[in-house]
Amino acid sequence: MCSSICRSESVLSPLMQRLMQLTQQGLPLHEKPYLQLARQLGVSEQEVLDSLQQMQDSGVIRRIALVPNHYAIGYRFNGMSVWEIDPQQLSAAGARLAASGYVSHCYQRPAKGEQWPYNLFAMVHGTSREQVEELVSRIRTLLGDSCHRHDVLYSSQILKKTGLRLAGTSQ
Amino acid sequence: MVTETYQTLLSDELNRALINRLQQGLPVCSEPFQQLAEELQTTPAVILERITQFLDCGLATRFGPMFQIERAGGAFTLVATHVDEHRFDEVAAIVNARHEVAHNYRREHWLNMWFVLACEQPQQVACVLDELEKASGCEMLNFPKEQEFYVQLYLPV
Repeated sequence: MCSSICRSESVLSPLMQRLMQLTQQGLPLHEKPYLQLARQLGVSEQEVLDSLQQMQDSGVIRRIALVPNHYAIGYRFNGMSVWEIDPQQLSAAGARLAASGYVSHCYQRPAKGEQWPYNLFAMVHGTSREQVEELVSRIRTLLGDSCHRHDVLYSSQILKKTGLRLAGTSQ
Repeated sequence: MVTETYQTLLSDELNRALINRLQQGLPVCSEPFQQLAEELQTTPAVILERITQFLDCGLATRFGPMFQIERAGGAFTLVATHVDEHRFDEVAAIVNARHEVAHNYRREHWLNMWFVLACEQPQQVACVLDELEKASGCEMLNFPKEQEFYVQLYLPV
């Protein structure tokens, strides 16, 4: 089931695991954040930088960044667009969608028969519902005949939003 | 009013530039704010003060490494369930109480609750879903990622 996009599983060193636990809630807000982490862990700053760089290179860390609350910055409307795509054309459709610039996340997920015929999921964000609808209609055009049906599930409330929370002592 | 706080913060040019720039990632180096400060003609101290402000008022939810847990041997999955309206808050509390639940959204659909599970081991997913079904009485539909099409989330302000 794994696509060519998947890479093999990385094995995390004990230092990497500790860095992951220590930064789950965020990076220390300090001019030298990695020195702060190094002091907390009793290692050198260089060791922390090397480990984080390796984690970024292997994709364990996507990037070190700010995650805005999209509601607060004006993107009050987020629609989870879901598409029923001809399985043979799914990879091509997903790649086209991802490259369109209209969506944030884009994944193939299992359809569940008539109850849920959709196998391609893509998040669309907008400052108004009309804007989201406009983007969805452009996606519909982009997907052409490969798409049979689609729907958009608007979020009406954030019930929980935290970063990754791993249990205190893992592995 | 919280919205007014956001609007005030977003009316500031440096804040907008920071929110845009910081979404795209910082370099892994000893003083990651230095280069950014030069770029935006400010100082690392000001940048840190602004980030603190964004986090304190809820304009940003997090600042730090964004982990992709699958690459470290863990598993993320999307789960949907239908909850009767009169039990919605109760079930939301049951679901949110699990530390494995990273995000949970109410959506306008018959499947009205959608959440992301992040587990350290792929085999934990089934176990957590089973426990949630028992605790909530709701059927949990699991939508694991079968293929990812890479896009970076970037919301300019």
